[in-house]
Amino acid sequence: MRPEPRLIEVRKNVLKQNDVVARSLRDRFRGAGVFVVSLVSSPGSGKTAFLEKTLTLLRPNYRVAALVGDLATENDALRLARSEAPVKQITTGSLCHLEAAMVQSALEGWDLNQLDILFIENVGNLVCPSSYDLGEDLRLVLISVTEGEDKPLKYPTIFNSADVAVVTKVDLADAVEFHWKSAYDNIQAVRPGMPVLKLSAKTGEGMEEYLRFLAARLIELRRAAAV
Amino acid sequence: MHELSIAMSIVELAEEEAKRRRVQIHAVHLKLGTLSGVVKDALLSCYEMASENTPLQGSRLVVEDVPVVIFCPTCRGQRPLSSVQLFCCPECGTPCSEIVQGRELEVVALEIQECAPNPV
Repeated sequence: MRPEPRLIEVRKNVLKQNDVVARSLRDRFRGAGVFVVSLVSSPGSGKTAFLEKTLTLLRPNYRVAALVGDLATENDALRLARSEAPVKQITTGSLCHLEAAMVQSALEGWDLNQLDILFIENVGNLVCPSSYDLGEDLRLVLISVTEGEDKPLKYPTIFNSADVAVVTKVDLADAVEFHWKSAYDNIQAVRPGMPVLKLSAKTGEGMEEYLRFLAARLIELRRAAAV
Repeated sequence: MHELSIAMSIVELAEEEAKRRRVQIHAVHLKLGTLSGVVKDALLSCYEMASENTPLQGSRLVVEDVPVVIFCPTCRGQRPLSSVQLFCCPECGTPCSEIVQGRELEVVALEIQECAPNPV
């Protein structure tokens, strides 16, 4: 006779494999002294324009590079290549998010010691990327003024997983009657204390403050590593 | 929609345990935090697909929802969050960003049955 079914305890993190890879990436980044910033947002919020501007402005003073995730095209990498920074496209096929292992294989052949800041642009999606650690130091969540002020309330999980919120396309704010205060309040409601930056990659408004913010974080990171 | 790949990871993980312990699995018990970024209903239907043609076929996925609990620095205690749209202490209203619980995506238990030993 077969014994009765019984319950046994296991306790296993389902995303353990991803977390293990993310941890080893983070160790590598730390070891090489490279500051890693990831970008998440919905499609069309201006991630690529923002990143192109970021790379172009940082390049004279910092060694920067980018990995960009997309489902099917290499258009983003081609656009970003105009900044003359090293850029690699990660084409995910039909996958809606980046995973740590994809970052790991995309980095093959790159000497991290030659970099100050590495940007990772996730696939445009405000749901799935929230579950996956990519080994980044800082996760930026972008929200454009054309998306509406309530995006943070609709996607609290991803906003909660981010470190900084960046409101993009502020040059269009008046045209779409964007209400800054309610956007700010909504961000703070789902992630109290999160720094919020507003800028326009097109006009350059707010970019300087954002670059200063990044530089300060880079210095902080290097100081912490030196201790 | 990343629930299918999550479901496949769960099946893989359970399959390994089944093989290692030489048991048959009737059910997988999962803790699913509100902030895990995974939708329960989508996960349940994906589990069925993911377990098809594996030793887990026909097994159940039992999901325990884990609500968000935050630490309130003013009350100096853990409090359940009333809404993920408002990270505030439900008692004193202080904004709280320290999450104690609610990100879980964890297989916690397996309902198993020992495989019949091979006749000698």
